[in-house]
Amino acid sequence: MKKGRIKVMLGNEACVEAALLAGCRFYGGYPITPATEILEIMSRRLPLVDGLCLQMEDEIAALVAVVGASWGGTKAMTATSGPGFCLMQEAIGLAVAVEAPCVIVNVQRGGPASGQSTSTAQGDFYQARYGSNGDYSLIVLCPSTAQEMFDHTIKAFNLSERFRIPVIILSDEVVGHIREKVFIPDADQLTFVERKVPTVPMEEFVIFKPEENGVPLMPTFNTGYKSPVISQAKSLNGNRGNAKEAVENIRRIVSKIEDHMDEFAEVQVYGDEKAETAFVTFGSVCRAARSAVDMGKEKGLAIRSVEVKTVWPFPDHLVRRALAGAKRIVVAEMNLGMLQREIERVIRQPEIKIELFSKIGGIYPQPQEFLRFLEEKR
Amino acid sequence: MNPLGEKYLRKDFLPFLFCPGCGDGMIVQAFLQAVDDLGCVDDLALTAGIGCSAWIGVYMHVDILKVLHGRAIPAAIGIKATNPSRKVVTFTGDGDCLAIGGNHLLHAARRNIDMTVVMVNNQIYAMTGGQVAPSTAVGSKTQTTPYGNLERQLNGCKVAIAAGATMVSRWSTAHPKQLIKTFKKALNHKGFSFIEIMSQCPVQTGRYLLGSGSPQFNFQWLKDHCMKEEDPSKWAEIEAQGNIPVGDFLQVEQPEFMAEVARMNQRVKEAQAKGGDR
Repeated sequence: MKKGRIKVMLGNEACVEAALLAGCRFYGGYPITPATEILEIMSRRLPLVDGLCLQMEDEIAALVAVVGASWGGTKAMTATSGPGFCLMQEAIGLAVAVEAPCVIVNVQRGGPASGQSTSTAQGDFYQARYGSNGDYSLIVLCPSTAQEMFDHTIKAFNLSERFRIPVIILSDEVVGHIREKVFIPDADQLTFVERKVPTVPMEEFVIFKPEENGVPLMPTFNTGYKSPVISQAKSLNGNRGNAKEAVENIRRIVSKIEDHMDEFAEVQVYGDEKAETAFVTFGSVCRAARSAVDMGKEKGLAIRSVEVKTVWPFPDHLVRRALAGAKRIVVAEMNLGMLQREIERVIRQPEIKIELFSKIGGIYPQPQEFLRFLEEKR
Repeated sequence: MNPLGEKYLRKDFLPFLFCPGCGDGMIVQAFLQAVDDLGCVDDLALTAGIGCSAWIGVYMHVDILKVLHGRAIPAAIGIKATNPSRKVVTFTGDGDCLAIGGNHLLHAARRNIDMTVVMVNNQIYAMTGGQVAPSTAVGSKTQTTPYGNLERQLNGCKVAIAAGATMVSRWSTAHPKQLIKTFKKALNHKGFSFIEIMSQCPVQTGRYLLGSGSPQFNFQWLKDHCMKEEDPSKWAEIEAQGNIPVGDFLQVEQPEFMAEVARMNQRVKEAQAKGGDR
């Protein structure tokens, strides 16, 4: 049993608590419902640990400043919601290209455009993965509880430092605004990952030459390495690259993540693992699905709920394993069928139709509705 | 090679991508001279966005983060925020700084964060092939204003002054001595400094706006049109004649942002230690 304390917290508050424990000392943000609490609490807490919380002029500046702070040698993060997440897309690509570790929280709300600012949604599922231009990869984690907001934030910082990438926490209004018990382990009970910095003399250091794991060492600015860091396709020494060098660079920044998915990919199963009926969910919908599984059990219905915790890169293999033997698969999500498309891609059995239980418009699904769906659509 | 180049350029990055006759190389030289005079190369952290002038810092053997179009200033703020002892300098162009990045300029100046923005003004989008910029004169025919530019020019120095910059200068590549002096002043200025450099672009501005692609012609154009005038009340008259006022326009002392952050952090930590109200 880990040592720590239990506190009743808002999901967004749990995110800040974890970020500070993980060593985040720069926050660049912009107010937006339903993520604003993260900015507000950061602005109270960071000065107390000699950090800096800056409310920037927009979300573009917020994430670009985070990338600057990252190369400045600090763990840094930002948080936003749909419209702000749109503005951040160019800088997500930037963080990928200059390999700047950072954490981006998207507390999803209804879209498109200004949408429904105070209502929950899961419509940014694909945007979180494909929103920026070009070929790239990154890691997206989906918490479903305040506790997971805490745990995933620690994990996000660790993965961002390990892979030198932006890691996205794809939360939603329900998870951001839920107030519930969170276990906060003492710092010495947690593992924190720090980026690897070069120790060789500057003359011997090649800035984008990868280590064996595909990730180059990352010098902090003003530590003597005089680093040229450009957002263009680059050669190993940081200069503009030719076509061959561009190809190598793109392949590396994708494979450094996707070749190591076993380090972080996570799919959980709740309920009867052998049940023929399976829900597939992510984020806050996992909560209602769990209740539905429990209610089904009382009625004598065997159901399993497959919870995809790391939605990108999509854990095909783990999802296939979690769904093995299922005869009826219902994807439950708060959009018009995004996770459903991935499940259709992964489960290619003609006899199994991947059904969709979809709730949009900011209406969170009730557990009874899951069971009603199973009955009515049969 | 010029001894400054020998000392400070990344030789494996040469040749420059600048066109023959471009002013950017002259700015590289003036800046490196200032850095050499101050001996501050190890403290430098540069940022840049996109455009010809964004490449100025890349050839210098210093830490540089070259980001997206218009976003050099917020990147600089992030770097400065994590270590205020750095001398942070942003190289940007008129399009990068006044159009796509205009909002960032306003707010960095307003914060009076200790950094220097060097805005190289060639009066056109040059790297993309000669489109109208916020700095292009009314009536100019460019690739995107084939019937003449209808929009009035945005004056970067006036914007910077209005937004709260605490040091503002404008010179041209025809003023290398003044430029070196102003760079040194800016590098030592505790606050937000904005330096506009009128620079020649024979390939785009010269050919399309001024009527000649000759480097000599374009350089002479700057000499003929840049008038030293540090009194803002006389700018309108100079500008009405199609000329450009240059000089050291403003330098004042105001509370600097990162110093204020340090004071605030100290204050709230002390209050917290006493258990009192912040």
